[in-house]
Amino acid sequence: MDTRYHSVVLEEEKCKGCTNCIKRCPTEAIRVRGGKAFILTERCIDCGECIRTCENHAKKALADEFTVLEQYEYRVALPAPSLYAQFKTAKPENIISALYQLGFDEVFEVAYAAELTTFAIRSFLKKYFEHKPQNKPPLISSSCPAVTRLIQVRFPTLIPNLIPIDPPYLTAAKCFLREKLPLLNLPREKVGIFFISPCPGKITEIKTAQEKVVDGAFSFNTIFRQLNHCLRQKKPPAVNQLSSGVGIGWARAGGENLAVQVENAMAVDGIHNVVALLEEIEMGKLNEIDYVEATACPEGCVGGALTIENPFVARVTLRKLADFYGDRKLPEAVCQKAEALLEEDQAFFNYQNPLPAKPILQLDSDLSTAIRKMSQLEKILNKLPGIDCGACGSPTCRSLAEDIVQEQAQLTDCIIILREQLEELAQKLLVLAQIKPPAMGSLMEKEGKNDP
Amino acid sequence: MILEIPVESYNFSAAGEAASRVKKTLQRLGIDSQLIRRVAIATYEAEMNIVIHSDGGKIILQVDEEEIKVQAIDQGKGIADLELAMKEGYSTAPDEVREMGFGAGMGLPNMKKCADRLEIKSVVNEGTTVVMGFKNQS
Ligand SMILES: Nc1ncnc2c1ncn2[C@@H]1O[C@H](COP(=O)(O)OP(=O)(O)OP(=O)(O)O)[C@@H](O)[C@H]1O
Ligand code: SF4
Ligand SMILES: [Mg+2]
Repeated sequence: MDTRYHSVVLEEEKCKGCTNCIKRCPTEAIRVRGGKAFILTERCIDCGECIRTCENHAKKALADEFTVLEQYEYRVALPAPSLYAQFKTAKPENIISALYQLGFDEVFEVAYAAELTTFAIRSFLKKYFEHKPQNKPPLISSSCPAVTRLIQVRFPTLIPNLIPIDPPYLTAAKCFLREKLPLLNLPREKVGIFFISPCPGKITEIKTAQEKVVDGAFSFNTIFRQLNHCLRQKKPPAVNQLSSGVGIGWARAGGENLAVQVENAMAVDGIHNVVALLEEIEMGKLNEIDYVEATACPEGCVGGALTIENPFVARVTLRKLADFYGDRKLPEAVCQKAEALLEEDQAFFNYQNPLPAKPILQLDSDLSTAIRKMSQLEKILNKLPGIDCGACGSPTCRSLAEDIVQEQAQLTDCIIILREQLEELAQKLLVLAQIKPPAMGSLMEKEGKNDP
Repeated sequence: MILEIPVESYNFSAAGEAASRVKKTLQRLGIDSQLIRRVAIATYEAEMNIVIHSDGGKIILQVDEEEIKVQAIDQGKGIADLELAMKEGYSTAPDEVREMGFGAGMGLPNMKKCADRLEIKSVVNEGTTVVMGFKNQS
């Protein structure tokens, strides 16, 4: 799969060419040119901030359509815990039962996998703290893909601080493949494993994975109507849920910290807050913190860009659920299960591949050229008005200067500069208009002289 | 390439901006990220020393193929005993500044650790010039 694939895309017909999205993008990945926005693919981290911002709903996420399920003989749903917070009265067991009713043959709760992940993180941290280096920046959770990508592109020095443990949805899929698939007597390609995703970030991660563990993803949007339809029939739940409040709680900001229980932990949510915090961490200002849970979406995954319910309402719903199902203690059965998995394979919960740095900021790969471009950029920036109006289609004056240096834009794209140049031109025109042709001029001069 | 950033005395809300601009500039130049980290941390310490211990000054960044050079130049009381100032834990920071978490006396030692070369010239009651050099390992 193309590594530049993104699930966030633009619906051109709907885009009015306003500048709302370019201003909100945390990696300055959007430009407006020719009246339409476009996304610079190598910069996009799929955080979904533009989907949230666009009032014309011109940004959307490419998720799978329900009909792909027809290609498989056995269909597995991996519902994100944040799905449980999309409905005011339905309990998780009702939602899980409704998924079976929709045609899935198996539902593996990501909330349950989050509890296994909790155990894995705890064991990782225990070992880490035994030889914790003094005065080191905190460890950072890897569960939000928008944050890990942000770190890859803007904060590569912090890559070693990411906890090398897979996010819960992947652990869910890996558990299924390990334990259930062999019992099915079906080849792997006949089995479709689908994540039900609150965000474009996870969809991109699934679609671009080097090794296919999850086969696709549905957004909450895609599934919501059918699910709601099933739920309205108010059938009694056909199955019990496996997860406790610890796993369910992961879907809200602070939930992972509560589960993992590290003493000096910090939770930050909202991509711009995450950027600000990572700046501080990178400067070594938060070395007294041990663990950072960072989620791109406001209020955590319950605020995912593809969710339906208002994030604040969803957060309350989720907190109540977590509380009801017990979010203080990791169930004994989960600990035993995770321990068994670790015993069989010490690296069961770990990433397959280390994350590479993907720096997007450099002006040129050759240092001398980059230095030259940088001086040029500063000179251009001095000419620009510095009001960051966005009318040029670049998010800030600085980014326009950069686009000019990279030959992607020109100075007169700045409307203020254009006006100044027009004014100059108008003045020149005026001067020119006042110059009289020699024939007329001399005539008029004579007339003037003749005047009394 | 030269960048000059003014630094105000005792303006704690703007403190850190020079270091942050230096960091962003080096990222644009495609400098190795671990090297950027060292430069940024050392620049931050130098910037804070201007904020806390001087009457104001500036940070100058110069980059060429061989070296990244950061100069922190200020006007102010200067450093009377340089050897003492370089000692870990030595600090004359006033209590109000310590309240904010500064004044551990670790700034100059940190700068020495981060930089490949460090030169300090200081004249009492005139000011201080700190020059830090970082080899560009490309
Ligand atoms: N630019 C300067 N002007 C005047 N005095 C300075 C300057 N820089 C450092 N000093 C003196 O040197 C001492 C040690 O500086 P250093 O940066 O190591 O520690 P600090 O600034 O006191 O504390 P920290 O940097 O850990 O917050 C300072 O307390 C101050 O007396
Ligand atoms: S916070 Fe959660 S929902 Fe939002 S991008 Fe990250 S993983 Fe997805
Ligand atoms: Mg200091």
